[in-house]
Amino acid sequence: MSAVSADTKIRISGLHKHFTTRDGPFTAVDGVSLDVRRGEFFVIVGPSGCGKTTLLRILAGLEAPSAGKVELARDDPAQAAGSANSARPANAMVFQGESIFPWMTVWDNAAYGLKMRGAPAAEIHDVVGTWLGKTGLTRFADRYPYQLSGGMKQRVSIARAFANNPDVLLMDEPFSALDEQNRTLLQEELLRIWDEQKKTVVFITHSVDEAVTLGDRILVMTAHPGRTKALIDVPFARPRGVLELRKRPEYGELVYSIWGHLREEVQRAKAQEAEAGR
Amino acid sequence: MNPKAIDRLLNLASPVLLLLLWEGCARLGWIDTRFFPAPSAIFAKLFVLTQSGELWKNLSASLVRLGWGILLGGVPALLLGIAMGMSRLLRAIVDPLIAATYPVPKSAILPLILLIFGLGEASKIVMVALGMFYPVVINTLAGVLQIEKIYLDVGRNFGAGRWQVFRTIALPGAMPSIMAGVKLGVGLALILIAIAEMIGADSGLGFMIWNSWQVLTVETMYVGLLVIALLGFVFMLGLNELERWILPWKPDR
Repeated sequence: MSAVSADTKIRISGLHKHFTTRDGPFTAVDGVSLDVRRGEFFVIVGPSGCGKTTLLRILAGLEAPSAGKVELARDDPAQAAGSANSARPANAMVFQGESIFPWMTVWDNAAYGLKMRGAPAAEIHDVVGTWLGKTGLTRFADRYPYQLSGGMKQRVSIARAFANNPDVLLMDEPFSALDEQNRTLLQEELLRIWDEQKKTVVFITHSVDEAVTLGDRILVMTAHPGRTKALIDVPFARPRGVLELRKRPEYGELVYSIWGHLREEVQRAKAQEAEAGR
Repeated sequence: MNPKAIDRLLNLASPVLLLLLWEGCARLGWIDTRFFPAPSAIFAKLFVLTQSGELWKNLSASLVRLGWGILLGGVPALLLGIAMGMSRLLRAIVDPLIAATYPVPKSAILPLILLIFGLGEASKIVMVALGMFYPVVINTLAGVLQIEKIYLDVGRNFGAGRWQVFRTIALPGAMPSIMAGVKLGVGLALILIAIAEMIGADSGLGFMIWNSWQVLTVETMYVGLLVIALLGFVFMLGLNELERWILPWKPDR
């Protein structure tokens, strides 16, 4: 953990992940190496089935790598913004799809991480109150998930992850199930929240627009097996406005050039699907 | 009138109508009142038995046995079901035992239970506990196994330990299924308490029914049946209320 240099937050080296399936061995991640910088909004795009979710699950500690390693430089607890709590977690994940507990209120969902690590009641009260405020959920604190829209549920999931104050925030296609209006709204909110803290984020999406809107750098992954195809810098200054950004010609050009990398991979993924279907 | 109100009215009207018909037939001598005493005679008997304290004595004896049996059968079943749901090893060991013993009719092992536990309270409580145990353990296990994997991932990602996963995910996630099991179990418990009390008991509703056959007081027999039916009804109302209170996160069905 100490080998990583000062401005590198996550170092992924020679990462492989193989699964054994009914159809034989399957390589999900095939030798990915990269550094994520401290305070960077890092986005991974790739065709479906390219292993990007597997990569994120390894970063989250939910899967073990078959080979290679992931090193994380922990924040200095004394310098870490917003908390003196040394029990701060290494990461917190915003999952794809519905992941908030249906049996807990919005408040209890958002407080989950803090409760699990035994934070004092006063801290939970302050932190959860703050994050529900930032995500526009204060009025819904006592509601249960079945009473919320899809966008609201994803806000709860985001509040839950941020409230846990992790070193690194991992987001797995958090907005992919939302309609476009909600997605744009939530992208704006995420950018606003992120600008306050500049937490290191690894964000997965299949949307090139979303990647360019949110990211500092974008990793394009190949179709299965997942490898690094291209690493692209996003030059836009922050704070960014989602809609203002889309108006700019550079935005369109960047989206176009990333599609250039991606198109071939999407076609390959399609061909693989057809192959597997036969 | 809206269709819901009509439904409710019919729900009330059909049993009342049946009772009236029964009463009429009994008074006109169309049915043999030695077997089918008029409802008015049954209610009169109910009043007499209430006054004499006999009904309370038998009812409370049954309720105490039911209470202990439901507790002693239900709580271990709940814990075992969740433990099995969380541990593949335990599941592999216990699953075949449950599968093999579950289909044996509980009433068929009453003689064995009497042999082991004697004629006292214990044998009745064990019968109730057996009735409660199986539906609760089976439903609890099924409830834990059908919890979406993503919730367990969330638990791990947010640092929940084994006990915390049990308390915050497995138990609440399985609760709808557990409640269904409890309802089934309580129904079975009522059936089994009546059977258990008919043999080698000197109190309880089952005893009251059996005894009234032996001494041929048919009205008392009907009072016993009526009270057991009412008991079942009240238990279900109570459990539905409990369910609403335990599962506020389930949309109203």
